[in-house]
Amino acid sequence: MELNPKIPDGPIEEKWDRHRFRLKLVNPANKRKYRIIVVGTGLAGASAAASLAELGYQVRSFCYQDSPRRAHSIAAQGGINAAKNYQNDGDSVRRLFYDTVKGGDFRSREANVYRLAQVSGNIIDQCVAQGVPFAREYSGYLANRSFGGAQVSRTFYARGQTGQQLLLGAYQALARQIGLGKVQMHPRTEMLDLVLVDGHAKGIVTRDLVTGEIQSQAADAVVLATGGYANVFYLSTNAKGCNATAIFRAYKKGALFANPCYTQIHPTCIPASGDYQSKLTLMSESLRNDGRIWVPKKKGDRRPPAQIPEEERDYYLERKYPSYGNLAPRDISSRSAKEVCDAGLGVGENGNGVYLDFRDAIRGLGKKVIRERYGNLFDMYEKITHENPYEVPMRIYPAPHYTMGGLWVDYNLMSNVPGLYVLGEANFSDHGANRLGASALMQGLADGYFILPYTIGDYLVSAGAQKFAADRPEFRQALDDVRGRTSRLLSIRGRRTVDSFHRELGSIAWNHCGMARTEAGLQKALSSIAALKSEFWKDVNVPGEGEELNQSLERAGRVADFFDFAELMCADALHRRESCGGHFREEFQTAEGEARRDDRNFCYVGAWEFAGEGKPPRLHKEPLTFENIQLAERSYK
Amino acid sequence: MDFELHVWRQKSPKEKGRMEVYPAKGIHADMSFLEMLDVVNEGLASQGVEPIAFDHDCREGICGMCSLVINGIPHGPERATTTCELYMRHFKDGQKIFIEPWRARAFPVLKDLIVDRSAFDRVIQAGGYVSVNTGSAPEANTLPVPKDCAELSMDAAACIGCGACVAACKNASAMLFVAAKVSHLGLLPQGRVEARDRVQSMVKAMDQEGFGNCTNQYECEAVCPKAISVSFISLMNREYLKSSFQPPAV
Repeated sequence: MELNPKIPDGPIEEKWDRHRFRLKLVNPANKRKYRIIVVGTGLAGASAAASLAELGYQVRSFCYQDSPRRAHSIAAQGGINAAKNYQNDGDSVRRLFYDTVKGGDFRSREANVYRLAQVSGNIIDQCVAQGVPFAREYSGYLANRSFGGAQVSRTFYARGQTGQQLLLGAYQALARQIGLGKVQMHPRTEMLDLVLVDGHAKGIVTRDLVTGEIQSQAADAVVLATGGYANVFYLSTNAKGCNATAIFRAYKKGALFANPCYTQIHPTCIPASGDYQSKLTLMSESLRNDGRIWVPKKKGDRRPPAQIPEEERDYYLERKYPSYGNLAPRDISSRSAKEVCDAGLGVGENGNGVYLDFRDAIRGLGKKVIRERYGNLFDMYEKITHENPYEVPMRIYPAPHYTMGGLWVDYNLMSNVPGLYVLGEANFSDHGANRLGASALMQGLADGYFILPYTIGDYLVSAGAQKFAADRPEFRQALDDVRGRTSRLLSIRGRRTVDSFHRELGSIAWNHCGMARTEAGLQKALSSIAALKSEFWKDVNVPGEGEELNQSLERAGRVADFFDFAELMCADALHRRESCGGHFREEFQTAEGEARRDDRNFCYVGAWEFAGEGKPPRLHKEPLTFENIQLAERSYK
Repeated sequence: MDFELHVWRQKSPKEKGRMEVYPAKGIHADMSFLEMLDVVNEGLASQGVEPIAFDHDCREGICGMCSLVINGIPHGPERATTTCELYMRHFKDGQKIFIEPWRARAFPVLKDLIVDRSAFDRVIQAGGYVSVNTGSAPEANTLPVPKDCAELSMDAAACIGCGACVAACKNASAMLFVAAKVSHLGLLPQGRVEARDRVQSMVKAMDQEGFGNCTNQYECEAVCPKAISVSFISLMNREYLKSSFQPPAV
């Protein structure tokens, strides 16, 4: 199979412009004849569904939540980047492009990232027009802050709820189109399979989560905007329902899965308090602007933090990265926290945390200033842990947060399956091996508002994209497959609950394919996952029936796919014999313990093709070429 | 800690529901309320009893999916807190805990503790937006927005659409929810253009969905997990009254 990313020719500044001119257009009167399915209603899905409907297409939108307003984009706190240069501090499209490529450890596609930086400003314009209440200066103009280690202030924000406000903007745009009858909305509906007709994506199979009814839906093109796969680790900052089923089912139908081993572990989350823990809560990265991170120098030092004198504390980020200090990028900060905890220096009852201390900031700036900056975060921390962070340092630990890998897409955001588009976190293209803060919201909205609406028309009018035929046997076959899988899960009636399997799978993935990976560990993970998977299919207990609201059944289907996906993720991590961004192989590090990339052998996108049940997946490589930025070792010292 | 749970069980929208009693044993004070229910559900499932169905998703207080009436109070006893951020340390060992779904005609029960809140979506579809198509926006800083307007708008925009305001109200009124959206958009210059039509159509949709009227008891504000102020209801009433006398925009 040849992987053609379809990157337009010409200088990078002109690629998107040239490409837009070459893309074929759909006659306005003909747009209403095309039906497009959009799965997922987060920033990417809602913005795409609304924009396509505005253009005149018939849109069918699906989400598993009870309302499209609840997709997990809503939980993003910090902000959204845009190269507006409002602060006159030297920002530009090229600088945002450069920061994103470097932050991604040179494992993203230059042309896609440049386009992302180019449209970033339009996103802010659009959101302001929708009534997103961004933070403002006294003059009434938009405020910015610096975020996630950037040296310019390019982050726009709405208190600590930027994701919520951007999502409500997109949701309202979608609601308007639903009200106008242009979008048919299907909430509480889950996609369980993709339907291909003559090799083209022409529909999906869904289950109505209230009635249990399994149906097929036909369309001229299918758009997946279903988010990432961090819940493979069981404990993550994702919502409980987030899952990989839609993209994984597409993979099984022939879509390539790119770079599944690139996962982002966020450094500032509240540590797990016990084995009943159901999810992890993120504390905004902005806390690192004023908090200092440390652990005791002595192993097993159980003294309360206030009694540990200055000379017995190790401010390890400041020590190791003097110029960036506590603001070192996410992957580096997370790995350092793991190192000190693994060395037995961790704090808290379970030794699974490091201190994030505001003592010096409170001394220097006063409690009032700290309360103004972080009051809501301090309250949230206290609500969860019952400890007052004004008096006692916070305890934090890294947690799975975002996944850079996803379905392979070309420059048009189309997968290798014609007619199948993949947007937002569900695709792989823009963040390389590590995503920078405030870039996920930017990418989701760029894909949905400003890229897909142009590129999808080119497919719809191209040769081969024939009108759908809902009576084709492929639909019946896919329906039968889904019904078969559902009744198989219900018929096992074993002894173990779905959650107990998911927890165990998560701990295997976390221990061996989390912040640090080794060949031996990954091999061990692969054999443990296989054993657990076979136990799952023999001994899982899914109570209830299929033709009703059945939350155990929903979870069982998702966990079944996570088993297969975890194997793919570990296989990818095993094959990538280098360290880059969030993928850290202990065998490949510099003398100082930093990630050592191998650009000679691994400067490519690893895209995996499903080769059949029980067979190892086939690897395809898309070479990455850097014409505008020189490949360099990432240094934050 | 041990608790005695009294939980509303209802197989489907058409069947009658009833309260069932389940013990919750060995609960850790640092568990969230939903983690306590997870533990109970794991126990039920292993005894062959169907687990209790309840809505939840982000478990960090922002998606608005969780929705339990706990001892008579939507989202439980802590102020400005969603059910998913409520911790068991706020309960007494051995306490009886009554858990029910939102109760309102506009929110029919689907199963156990899960209700249908699509009425809220239909109210937003009636006008809770700014009619701007993708691509037609002017440069973002073209129109300055006074900082205090932006801040007040954000106070209203913080609504998570959970429906606790309706569940707490003896009239099952959705006034706080609708007022929050009318105010969020109406306080910004971008939303002023359609303010008159918006308030008219949203209030009409609210009435059609079967939500009751506001009689100023402020139960909604007391249970709102985002502490949204009832003063937005006055703002909406003013907007509504004004719009009733205003001629259509020319």
